[in-house]
Amino acid sequence: MADRTTDNSAPLEQFETLPRRILVVYLPLAVFVFVLLFPFYWMAITAVKPDNQLTDYDNFSPFWVIGPTLEHMKFLLFETSYPAWMWNTVIVSVASTVIALFASVLAAYAIERLRFRGARITGLLIFLAYLVPPSILFIPLAYIVFQVGIFDSRLALILTYPTFLIPFCTWLLMGYFRSIPYELEESALVDGASRWQILTKVVLPLAVPGLISAGIFAFTLSWNEFIYALTFISSSENKTVPVGVLTELVRGDIYEWGALMSGALLGSLPVVILYSFFVDYYVSSMTGAVKE
Amino acid sequence: MTGPDQASSAPAQDDPPRRRGWFSRLSESRNGLGFLFMLPAAAVLLFFLTYPLGLGVWLGFTDTRIGREGVFVGLENYAWLFDDPVFWLSVFNTMLYTVVASVAKFGLGLWLALILNRHLPFKNFFRAVILLPWVVPTVLSAMAFWWIFDSQFSIISWSLMQMGLIDQPINFLGDTWNARWSVIAANVWRGIPFVAISLLAGLQTIPQSLNEAAAIDGATPWQRFTKVTLPLLTPIIAVVMTFSVLFTFTDFQLIYVLTRGGPVNATHLMATLSFQRAIPGGQLGEGAAIAVAMIPFLLAAILFSFFGLQRRRWQQGQD
Repeated sequence: MADRTTDNSAPLEQFETLPRRILVVYLPLAVFVFVLLFPFYWMAITAVKPDNQLTDYDNFSPFWVIGPTLEHMKFLLFETSYPAWMWNTVIVSVASTVIALFASVLAAYAIERLRFRGARITGLLIFLAYLVPPSILFIPLAYIVFQVGIFDSRLALILTYPTFLIPFCTWLLMGYFRSIPYELEESALVDGASRWQILTKVVLPLAVPGLISAGIFAFTLSWNEFIYALTFISSSENKTVPVGVLTELVRGDIYEWGALMSGALLGSLPVVILYSFFVDYYVSSMTGAVKE
Repeated sequence: MTGPDQASSAPAQDDPPRRRGWFSRLSESRNGLGFLFMLPAAAVLLFFLTYPLGLGVWLGFTDTRIGREGVFVGLENYAWLFDDPVFWLSVFNTMLYTVVASVAKFGLGLWLALILNRHLPFKNFFRAVILLPWVVPTVLSAMAFWWIFDSQFSIISWSLMQMGLIDQPINFLGDTWNARWSVIAANVWRGIPFVAISLLAGLQTIPQSLNEAAAIDGATPWQRFTKVTLPLLTPIIAVVMTFSVLFTFTDFQLIYVLTRGGPVNATHLMATLSFQRAIPGGQLGEGAAIAVAMIPFLLAAILFSFFGLQRRRWQQGQD
């Protein structure tokens, strides 16, 4: 049914027979989708399994649940600091995204449109900054964070996350600004607009898709960040979700798999929901960063 | 060139007189305004990225510990690491992890991209669903893998036992090589979507007329793939794989969740070893030295994957 019409996406597909299509397309695709999604299914089903079914594979099929329970979620929400971790993650992600967007919009506009002396080199340096991985920066950063006196505070994360957000957002926004015709800015200049007015009234409204892409991407990156949050935060009430779930819910040798998986599930939901609304923006920001 | 040559903006007429001064003069020249606009980004990056990068190199030459200022000790940390078998084991592990996982991610990702490039019902749905492993926080999906790789209640072991393929649960994370393959598998799982979706974007830019022309000339599907699609895709493969190698080489989260470097350091990567020595171990100097030791390997890996693939494009362009 798929190849009724002439289509452009794959060459000469219309000459393929159905059995062959099933073998080379649908079967591998089904395996890929199964493997890529199974861990989430397993996470979700474990999160709602009553304790007696969790490891009793002989009497209950492990792939299904009889009488799903919200006990684990309740435990998480009312007997642990989970809500606080969630709140911290939201604050840190939103604040660092806002800072990164503000700085990146100005920087990208300056590099791409003001063309100040050294703009090209600056653009290249920003790209190189994107290639510096957090795992070689966290030790000196921990040292600095401690010296500045913001160790074990949300501020430590809010100020350090932009180091990997700004290079990415700037690079992405440079691409978007490049696609806006110069003529629009020139006519605004002729009409007596200042550079700031051009940026806020002409360029930014046209770059809204780019801003959304950069914003949700930056939010996701900060939500998922781990090594800085693990290193810079020590007290339980300041932790973010990924760090809190891993370091506070795992105690001793008895793993509370139900609670752990509930924590993982609830911690993933915000980004997954955001993602489901903005799939195309995600794809364009991911591929946009690569294509440049 | 349609560049904004008259870029110095006219100052807004209704500026209050007291604001005229160095600020308005600065914002009238293009370089001055560029400087002002770059200021926020530059301040953050210089203080929290460039400075720590330099500080990290310096710390590597000192014996700094947590809570105690260090003194310059020259190459002592590096000499110490050179004689440390655990460090070399972590180098080996990082290499193995990066090479095997990157090759697997590339192969499987390209395969998935080629499948998705066909005409499929619900194509957008599949594309959206396939990106999920990449969107969900790594630590949280790694915890699902932790549970999937459980030594007693692993669902994989159980399924294989039900099928009668094995007699007892596989000790996924407790055995040296099992643990290595398990973390590599989890990393590949996490990385396939990025490679697949990026390569798919590349595939969609290749005009189908080229493939059709080759087919009319009698090229087999395999010839069309290797002689038409692959050469045209090479530039984007180079970029995607450079990023993939970079992120795999510096991976930390997955190992930290699944094994913390165990069993007996068998899965320690340089990043996790550096963390273990520096933060729980308190030896900031030594940890920084390990992190700095990653830089040459990292540069080599980036240069290899970038220029290696670029040159292949050039060679193929010649014949």
